[in-house]
Amino acid sequence: MSKNLRINKNNFIDQTIRISFKFNGQKLFGFKGDTLASALLANDIHLVGRSFKYHRPRGIMTCGSEEPNAIVQIGNDPSSTEPNVRATEIELYEGLEAYSQNCWPSVNFDIGGINNFLSPLLPAGFYYKTFMWPASFWEKYEFFIRHSAGLGKSPTKPDTDLYDHQYAHCDVLIIGGGISGILSAKLAAEKGLNTILIDDKNCLGGSTIYQEDDCFKINNDYSNKWLKKEIDNFKNYPNLLIKKRTSLAAFHGYNYLLAKENLTDHLGANERKNKIRQRLWKIRAKKVVIATGSIERPLIFNNNDRPGILLSSSIKKYIDFFGVKNGNEISLFTNNDSAYETAISLNKSGVKVNTIIDIRENSTSSLVKKIQKIGINILWGHTIVNTNGYKRIKSINVQKLSANGESVVGKRIKINCDCLGMSGGWTPMVHLFTQSGGKLKFKDKDYIFIPDMNKSPSDQISVGSCNGNFELDDLISNTIKNIKIFLDLDKTIYDNLNVVCSKESEKRNIWLLPSDKPLSKTKPFLDFQNDSTAKDVKLALREGFKSIEHVKRYTTTGMGTDQGKLSNMHALGIIADTTGTNMGDLGTTTFRPPFTPLTFGSIVGRNVGEFFDHTRKTAIHDWHVENNAKFENVGQWKRAWYFPKNNETMFQAVQRESKAARDGAGILDASTLGKIDIQGTDASEFLNRVYTNAWSKLAIGKCRYGLMLNEDGMVYDDGVTTRLGENHYIMTTTTGGAANVLSKLEDYLQTEWPELDVYLTTVTDQYSTISICGPRSKNIVKKIIPDLDLSDVNFPHMSFKNSKIDNVNCRIMRISFTGEHSYEINIQSNYAKDVWIKCMEAGKEFNITPYGTETMHLLRAEKGFIITGQDTDGTLTPSDLQMDWIIGKKKYDFIGKRSLYRSDTIREDRKQLVGLLTEDPLEVLEEGAQLVEDINKKPVEMLGHVTSSYFSPNLKKSIALAVVRSGKKLKGKRLIVPMENKNINVTITDTVFYDKENKRLNA
Amino acid sequence: MFIINCPYCGERDQSEFSCGGEAHIERPKQPTELSDDQWAEYLFMRKNIKGIQFERWNHAHGCRKWFNVVRDTSNDKIHAVYKMGERPPLK
Repeated sequence: MSKNLRINKNNFIDQTIRISFKFNGQKLFGFKGDTLASALLANDIHLVGRSFKYHRPRGIMTCGSEEPNAIVQIGNDPSSTEPNVRATEIELYEGLEAYSQNCWPSVNFDIGGINNFLSPLLPAGFYYKTFMWPASFWEKYEFFIRHSAGLGKSPTKPDTDLYDHQYAHCDVLIIGGGISGILSAKLAAEKGLNTILIDDKNCLGGSTIYQEDDCFKINNDYSNKWLKKEIDNFKNYPNLLIKKRTSLAAFHGYNYLLAKENLTDHLGANERKNKIRQRLWKIRAKKVVIATGSIERPLIFNNNDRPGILLSSSIKKYIDFFGVKNGNEISLFTNNDSAYETAISLNKSGVKVNTIIDIRENSTSSLVKKIQKIGINILWGHTIVNTNGYKRIKSINVQKLSANGESVVGKRIKINCDCLGMSGGWTPMVHLFTQSGGKLKFKDKDYIFIPDMNKSPSDQISVGSCNGNFELDDLISNTIKNIKIFLDLDKTIYDNLNVVCSKESEKRNIWLLPSDKPLSKTKPFLDFQNDSTAKDVKLALREGFKSIEHVKRYTTTGMGTDQGKLSNMHALGIIADTTGTNMGDLGTTTFRPPFTPLTFGSIVGRNVGEFFDHTRKTAIHDWHVENNAKFENVGQWKRAWYFPKNNETMFQAVQRESKAARDGAGILDASTLGKIDIQGTDASEFLNRVYTNAWSKLAIGKCRYGLMLNEDGMVYDDGVTTRLGENHYIMTTTTGGAANVLSKLEDYLQTEWPELDVYLTTVTDQYSTISICGPRSKNIVKKIIPDLDLSDVNFPHMSFKNSKIDNVNCRIMRISFTGEHSYEINIQSNYAKDVWIKCMEAGKEFNITPYGTETMHLLRAEKGFIITGQDTDGTLTPSDLQMDWIIGKKKYDFIGKRSLYRSDTIREDRKQLVGLLTEDPLEVLEEGAQLVEDINKKPVEMLGHVTSSYFSPNLKKSIALAVVRSGKKLKGKRLIVPMENKNINVTITDTVFYDKENKRLNA
Repeated sequence: MFIINCPYCGERDQSEFSCGGEAHIERPKQPTELSDDQWAEYLFMRKNIKGIQFERWNHAHGCRKWFNVVRDTSNDKIHAVYKMGERPPLK
């Protein structure tokens, strides 16, 4: 069935290396150097996909990143399959498997094609208008719409490929390896600048490298031959780094750019193993040269989307670069001279060019003269009014344009062809310039937006056709002139180049070409991927959309994977014509990065799996693992959560641990608590200012609990601080708050109180903390440190002693977060695991029980101690927490003090912390559950919510903490916790449930 | 991603820094003598200018020092960098 459309001449394809690949299951062959698109075209396959909305058959239309139609699914492995790959960009490799998208059951017979015949019912905004009501049905509609929509399929398994990130710094970055990029790179390298040149293709030289014609000469040589010599000469510049297969994705401020380098996507499966697939370059360039070239425009006429209709310049590239002819009878449709270049190339390769349809009345350039000499038929002042052929173009209907270009006149001419090239002029690729923050200006003469260099946001320049220089002589002379200024060069090796090229003299631009039928009966496609037509844009304008950003979203023009690279300009042109606006005033839609899609893999790089985030482990972590601990994440820390024994559930383990800690002894790894070493002659004054309570009178060797507020008066963090010496304290913070507390304190010290002599050092990792609590804790510590006087008189609660364990210095604090008699051993982390094991051995006879964070939370809840971040949420003052006792009323100032008597903070109906007991003592409330008084009054008034809830094994009943509106006054009041299936009766109580007299601290 | 010239370390990538909001808002020396409105002015009110803005920045992943930056929020151009306590330029 397939024919070979390859011709035997060209320097870019290695016809000695045959490559086999599969398209939709069919085995085909191409050559080394082919793209998937060129290999398909060589096999006479144009039809590659179906359009998004109408499921119309679509063929390969371009040869580059602007391709709207030929987007395919690569591979079918669930971990590496890739959707929406442009067939025009992927290089052919042995074993490549590609599939058409958006069609079922096959691209040749697609059931969705019925949408094409329903298209009169599917205008712009169809989905918005139709599925609006009833609103409650949206979920049902969405299911079906989502199933019939969507292009490719995402992989379903984790990506097994390797990706990489690399930083690069350079003097000059040149984006684009076409002729203007090559000239710029040469001049930069010649000056000795550290230069990087990137190009998205595997071959430098852009379109000039295959431009071999008398009409284009540099220094009396064919332009391609001359350029080839320049490129070959690059190897003499060690300061020039060339990156091929690298596409610029984003141009950010301060000349920070992201580029994706493809490293293995062009290799067969065997050659890919253990190699990095893609590398994301993060480039900081002192200067940037944008030489991204331009993209040929299609023409907008009735049924301009059939397979076999390509951009004229793409037909030229396929024949000159890939040696592939796109048909045997080709017609060209143009409004400029470029199509004549294609005609010359085709003629040279022996491909028949039927007719050139030119909307201009005449042209006298050397290119046109050459075609006239060859004898190819040119229809001046004509337009195509329709095309015929469903899965492949068969013929075109042509008519003469009226003088004003708004209608057609005369007889309809039918011309047979199996391929049509269209050329609507050129669009400079200004995407990167605008991404970087640059503003565009409209050049009326050429109907193009070009960079406004006066509004360049950074040290950069655009050269070549992306700056609107389309003719070879202008392009070269302007590039050299501008680069000389940009790089501050006096004389260059290119100062006396002799350039000859064809000059275009006549122009005629019609954004929407007329047909012999009314617009409503035609399909002039603007956005080929999203199936939006000129009709849709006009409809949107009639319906009142004015902003181009709104028209874009309403019609989805330019919103496909190609982001409207082909026809956004036509949409703007049609809007301008219809509304009578100047295009320059209309402006463009916003170009956002990435220029071409990036893989998630390249964005993430190596930061996957265990490298996704830092994991912090305590020095005792390995012991916890060995002893079957379950862990919970607290910030980046792994904290032992509970230690299940013999298949215990979490509830059973926590009940056992909690009971053991109050009956005998419990041991907790508290090393994750933040520790800040505070020194300096003003340390006491500093603590006075940052905590709510008074610190000046704290004796050396004593500990004190402190509450830290934000300036808005809300509780921020808490912890115990110990005075180690006259000018030396150690502060503990919550685990999660450690870093923030340190930076907040640094902020105040550096900016508000620079006069204070205070130095802060974080020592969280340097010290490990082992907390032993329970009535037998004293026995255990006595066994480990026999000479330490543990009597309550000499070592009372809230005091500290320096000591030694096996000659290692340690700090022992008597502080308690459980309400039990407790000791905290702080020791250098290197020794912590040994000391922990020593404690375990010493405690064996007292049934010492390791417990985790869950038991710690339960024990402190029994005592009504808050956990900042669990019982508080940044909206509670100390008074709301019933902790008025901790506010140093005599202190003149501390952080947040003034806010404690703002009109809002003194309200009595603020949410306040209370205890809750359930009517049924076995009923444990859900944390986060709402509290209400009257369930029948609608709307039900929410009074607060449960913040902490546990079953207490020591009290043998359920306990909870909650925040409740005016809670302080509501002691004894009954409230309801409404749950999905039941209402739970609760009573507001005091926040302290266990040992209200604090007798156990000294037990 | 802009580059900030830390007055203590030199030019570094923005990712090393954190922004602390508007600069030159001094904490009142005698908060107790302020009315609710005056205190709220200090506590809550911050400018969000399109254009030249004076900001506090912290070299969080570097020297941990706070300093001031004059930045044009419309294009991220940094016009000046100066230490805490130094007089702001252009103001």
